[in-house]
Amino acid sequence: MKQLLDLAAVFGYLSLLTVGGGMAAFPELKSLTVDTYHWVTFPELMHYYSLGQLAPGPNMMMVAAIGAQVAGLPGAAVVLVAFILPTGLLTFGIGRLWNRLANWPWRPAVQRGLGAVSVGLVLAGGIVLARGALTNTLTVALAVGVFALLMLTKINPAIPIVASGLIGILLYVI
Amino acid sequence: MNTHAAAPKGPKLPLAPPPSLWRLFLGFFIMGSTSIGGGVIAYLRTGLVSHYRWLDDETFVELMAISQSLPGLNATNMSILSGDRLRGWPGAFFAALGMCLPGAALMTAAAFAVGIGGDDPISKAFLHAIAAGAVGLITVVLVQLGAKVLGEIADYVFVVLTAVLVAFLHVPVLIALVGVGALAIWWHRPRKGTAPKPADPHFKDHP
Repeated sequence: MKQLLDLAAVFGYLSLLTVGGGMAAFPELKSLTVDTYHWVTFPELMHYYSLGQLAPGPNMMMVAAIGAQVAGLPGAAVVLVAFILPTGLLTFGIGRLWNRLANWPWRPAVQRGLGAVSVGLVLAGGIVLARGALTNTLTVALAVGVFALLMLTKINPAIPIVASGLIGILLYVI
Repeated sequence: MNTHAAAPKGPKLPLAPPPSLWRLFLGFFIMGSTSIGGGVIAYLRTGLVSHYRWLDDETFVELMAISQSLPGLNATNMSILSGDRLRGWPGAFFAALGMCLPGAALMTAAAFAVGIGGDDPISKAFLHAIAAGAVGLITVVLVQLGAKVLGEIADYVFVVLTAVLVAFLHVPVLIALVGVGALAIWWHRPRKGTAPKPADPHFKDHP
């Protein structure tokens, strides 16, 4: 029971940090689930993140896997509700207020200000993930390759992502 | 709310009537099941605007701006906002449920599968390489998001400041978010004389 409450508190808090995308919460996700609560190791967290890339829907649905590893199905359910419900209600409420805020003079300021900060948070998340994932020449080459391919073509991101996994297997086997 | 008749430009078809709750759930469930590879928003736009014609592009962009300025996953927020527009609060609930259910169920199943075969070095090599590829994908997202959101040099300073605080100085994200956020909002505060154009859904003035 204590564990479920901890999961609810941690993921409820993390959900508030996902401004601009799930990646914004990644640094805090790592420090809480790995360093503070020892629910998963950093490699495990990265591997769940990778699986999240392959799963459909929002990538951060991978938080369900952490909940499941800690406390089975109830853990997954608690994590999902804690991660989605508070911000969901907030979005619902603001969505209804928004039209009334259309002429609020601070609205553009809030959008631009939070926009810049959210890009910074996604950048921080990318740096934390890169520290764990880019461990040798191969992994750096994969990251650069995926980046270049996605910038230069309109290919579905799933294709280079799966391809990097297959290259990883290939180089491990030979 | 009813913008059905307004078709100012482009070869636009009229909007479809709002779907039943079940059709709404099914539509989001299908988009939630097929949007593999991270670009869920692109799938949502194709589905909501082009395929089902439940929303027009203007509304989509407007809801998008709200989604991105609020905490919560963009795809989930978009589902809630568009579901609410189409069918009120039950619509918001079922849209978010349909969007999140497939991925969440798969990831929960994956946790049990990894528990069984988690030490297999081949699956480790596979997943580690995917994490590396994902770094490339995030960089692309950063470039695209940056191009849309960042205008002046000060914006870039806020970006770097936030990233350094969080990733290198290990300042808790909430503190960085509130601190730098307040600073950035104050920087862009409404000034006398530059007030007009508040109704602009694209808050960005592209160079």
